[in-house]
Amino acid sequence: MSTEEKQLYTVSIYTENNIGLLNRISAIFQRRHINIESLNTSPSEIEGVSKFIIVVNVTEDSIKKIIGQIEKQVEVIKAYYHSLDEIIYQITGLFKIKSELLFEERQIQNIIKESNARIVTVNKEFFVLEKAGKKEEVVDLYNQLSQFGIMQYTRTGLIAVTKEEMKISSLLQTFNN
Amino acid sequence: MDTQTIKTAQKSTKATERISGSEAIVRCLIEEGVDIIYGYPGGAIMPVYDELYKYQDKIHHVLTRHEQGATHSAQGYARISGKVGVAMATSGPGATNLITGIADAQIDSTPMVCITGQVPSHLLGSDAFQETDIVGISTPVTKWNCQVTRAEDIPVAIAKAFYIAKSGRPGPVLVDITKDAQFNEFDFSYEKCTKVRSYNPVPKTDITKVEAAAQLINNAKKPLIVWGQGVILSEAEQQLKAVVEKGGIPAAWTILGASAIPTSHPLNVGMVGMHGNYAPNMLTNECDVLIAIGMRFDDRVTGSLNTYAKQAKVIHFEIDPAEIDKNVKTDVAVLGDAKTSLDMLLPILDKKEHKDWHQQFKDLYAIEYDKVIKDDIHPTKEGLTMGEVLKEINSQTKGEAAIVTDVGQHQMVACRYADFNVSKSNITSGGLGTMGFGLPAAIGAKMAAPEREVVSISGDGGYQMTIQELGTIFQQKAAVKVVVLNNDFLGMVRQWQQLFFDKRYASTEMVNPNFVAIAEGYYIKAKKVTKREELADAVAEMIASKEAYFLEVCVEKEDNVFPMIPSGASVSDIRLE
Repeated sequence: MSTEEKQLYTVSIYTENNIGLLNRISAIFQRRHINIESLNTSPSEIEGVSKFIIVVNVTEDSIKKIIGQIEKQVEVIKAYYHSLDEIIYQITGLFKIKSELLFEERQIQNIIKESNARIVTVNKEFFVLEKAGKKEEVVDLYNQLSQFGIMQYTRTGLIAVTKEEMKISSLLQTFNN
Repeated sequence: MDTQTIKTAQKSTKATERISGSEAIVRCLIEEGVDIIYGYPGGAIMPVYDELYKYQDKIHHVLTRHEQGATHSAQGYARISGKVGVAMATSGPGATNLITGIADAQIDSTPMVCITGQVPSHLLGSDAFQETDIVGISTPVTKWNCQVTRAEDIPVAIAKAFYIAKSGRPGPVLVDITKDAQFNEFDFSYEKCTKVRSYNPVPKTDITKVEAAAQLINNAKKPLIVWGQGVILSEAEQQLKAVVEKGGIPAAWTILGASAIPTSHPLNVGMVGMHGNYAPNMLTNECDVLIAIGMRFDDRVTGSLNTYAKQAKVIHFEIDPAEIDKNVKTDVAVLGDAKTSLDMLLPILDKKEHKDWHQQFKDLYAIEYDKVIKDDIHPTKEGLTMGEVLKEINSQTKGEAAIVTDVGQHQMVACRYADFNVSKSNITSGGLGTMGFGLPAAIGAKMAAPEREVVSISGDGGYQMTIQELGTIFQQKAAVKVVVLNNDFLGMVRQWQQLFFDKRYASTEMVNPNFVAIAEGYYIKAKKVTKREELADAVAEMIASKEAYFLEVCVEKEDNVFPMIPSGASVSDIRLE
């Protein structure tokens, strides 16, 4: 793929756990008029080190410069970018649906079974379905269920681990010593 | 405050004493070697001012007339001394008034620490009186910033602020401190910060990259150096001169690189960029190896990137990895401190002369002299030119004065025609182009280097943006020489209107006040010059003055600055008229 063509990249950023850092990082995208497709922050494999995973649709030339700007931030330890074929990634969707539909619309039960979705909770009023997978799978389930009426629907940002070893692991180990 | 800094704070084993947060702030500044700060008091910073009152024998607080002035003075202080400039303000409007100076320091890599007061922590987010989210507002224009809400976190935050501001590629840092953190007492001890684990300010120079660079340079027939402020910031002036002389390499400079090598040096071939010299701009597109040192290929330097030095191999000596390939693709990137890297380059550099190549610069200079320079500095027309005023000031100060400029035509003229003999002699707002920078920056420069002659040169537009700082000059008895080149126009914008907007002079003509009377209102000696025959004597009187002096020079109203690379054009499309 040419460096001039836009594609989805995940940006993985290892950082100190700092209040203002999200603002600092999102400003880097905003300033260049780049829309953030999804954003997830969580603890990383190293205690005290946070990890951002941001998905953006940009050219490789652009993502390289953005990585430079991100790494320049004092409290950023390291940042990487990966195309989707270099990572294992998942998103999760939650669906809140009226409980009566579960019994009235037999088809729903088949959809749940076939999609490998999990029922998280059921009560008199509603039940909640959870579906983890590729974005397309979650969207597909949404499309199938929407004809019956969905009370609430939420999707997480993409989370990912790389196929190759992250070179940061050894660097981060030294932090804890 | 993040958990890491607090952990470090707890590790400190030094003897402690119980003091308030506000006293701790002042003690921290003293520990960092701060002797002058520029600021403006107000509600949320009053406890600190109370301590400054007690410690006034150790720290001199300069009351500027506006917080923006405080930042520019701190910048002027930093630029001439190489030390960290400090500005202080209260919350809300005091803090937001710092933003222009902070943005200026960020884009021009100036080490500055700003300390702002903030409303008490229990009022944060309540839209309290003079509350503003200054940490949020300043985030995009600071190298680092933080908010402190507990007294015991103050020493670590300030230590970190100074370390980050000064190390690597310098920049502005803001520490916002709530009023309760200023009032509360804690066990004070201070340790300077020497390391932040997530921050690598100076990449280690890779010798193989230096060797690759040396090989390109040694094989070059037409090498050209373009240096920037990085040379001054890393104090690599001697190293640069040695490289230039041994390699016989013509060297040009960006606006912020000016004065690192004396103007009179035979291999100093002038300024690059929009209003730079003809030869280095033209020959950027003819050199075979372009060696960029501590510069960032700003658009005002490169013009159109599609036609910038495409024929050349590009070597980039740079401390900030984010600058590599940002604008211009490099063939060899040498990351690291300029001084270290040039020291490594020098022994493996071949001694060369490149006489024919030098001649090309001389030939093009002759053309520029004939078409532009001659009439600028030895005009035959009646009206005074900015160029001749600059030449007069420059020759009477023997190229030893620090020239502090504002932004616009006079700034370009000053850079083009001032002969600089010593480094750190050109203090100006390069990247942000902040009108109003000059006067307050000159105050800071003069206070940091009282032994030097400091001449502030402004246009009539920018001067009036921070004219209130005459009050600071008066109160501080700062012996700044203030020159206004008055053409009754916002000259640079007018020039563009003439060239690109069919002379529609929209809102660029200025009806100006009696500048001499204003200066005299502040009890500053003042003179106005309108004729050529008065100029030399007036400048002599100004330079001879032991105190501040204001000189207004009325210059030709509609002069243009040439050469000029029209915005977005190629460097080799530079126009001489």
